[in-house]
Amino acid sequence: MSTRPIATTRSATGIPTGKLAVWWVVGSEIVIFGGLLASYVMHRLGHPEWAEYASHTNPWFGGINTFVLLTSSLSAVLAHHAAEHGDGKKAAKWLVGTCFGGLIFICVKAVEWTIEIQHGYTITANGFWQFYYTAAGLHAMHVIAGCVIMLIIANDARKGLELHRVELIGIYWHFVDIVWIFLFPLLYIAK
Amino acid sequence: MAEHEEHAEHGQSHYVRIWGILLVLLTVSILGPVLAPHIEEAAAGVGAAFVKGWMITLLTAFGIAIYKAYLVAANFMHLNIEKRYISYLLATFLTLMVLFFAGTSPDVMKHKGQNWENVAAEAEVDRALKSQESDSHGGEHN
Repeated sequence: MSTRPIATTRSATGIPTGKLAVWWVVGSEIVIFGGLLASYVMHRLGHPEWAEYASHTNPWFGGINTFVLLTSSLSAVLAHHAAEHGDGKKAAKWLVGTCFGGLIFICVKAVEWTIEIQHGYTITANGFWQFYYTAAGLHAMHVIAGCVIMLIIANDARKGLELHRVELIGIYWHFVDIVWIFLFPLLYIAK
Repeated sequence: MAEHEEHAEHGQSHYVRIWGILLVLLTVSILGPVLAPHIEEAAAGVGAAFVKGWMITLLTAFGIAIYKAYLVAANFMHLNIEKRYISYLLATFLTLMVLFFAGTSPDVMKHKGQNWENVAAEAEVDRALKSQESDSHGGEHN
């Protein structure tokens, strides 16, 4: 007799339940980040003085972090590819590589924020910096959460267990990458 | 057979190729604002004065961002081979976001309308622009 709950074994849509759940998470995240970014865009257009505030962000930090996240996305999809072929050890290695990308991202962000705060651009400076730290901070929290989950999945994958989860964390990670793809031009390029 | 074709389409070299394209697009988006004034000048020189620097920046920043997001979603998240249900699900959430923007942006982007005025926002814009102007004049004198 199976001990798995019915909710994890049935599928009205033909999509495995875990995968469907991750897509619903992504959908709800679209509303969270979309709402935040839409608010930023409308305030940016309504406040011409924000152009000067935005000129103080450093596109090189943003560019380096975009490169890091795009590369970590490649690593995540290669982990999925390995898991699909039943190679749990290889999948685990790629997942750890993806986490390493996340770690570099957070380190770059820490250096960037330290420099900005030292120059007086704190979260209370004005509306632009409030949005900047809120949006980038929320995104960074998603990166950290993704890394923690990925390490747990990598540990199982190394033993050849629950390999389907490698794809699920990959979907989440690629979404976090896509959010940054939009944050980068909004906060660093359009000045 | 179909499975074999799918694997061939989404083999490791395919993913590396997509990553390469993404990096090229990233480079273009960083160089866009730097090259925009030069492109505007060159366009004016050949009689295409309608091409403005801000158009180049918008195109290289947001046009490329949309294409990069498409490449990641289609190739890395495999949305191109996922069941249609997921695309409809994501489109629904994107529509909600657009509705939110359409419903609230007129009140945020404009500071004055029929029978209403956002006095605080107007005062803040006025204060900040004057402060920036005096800072820049101070900088010129120093």
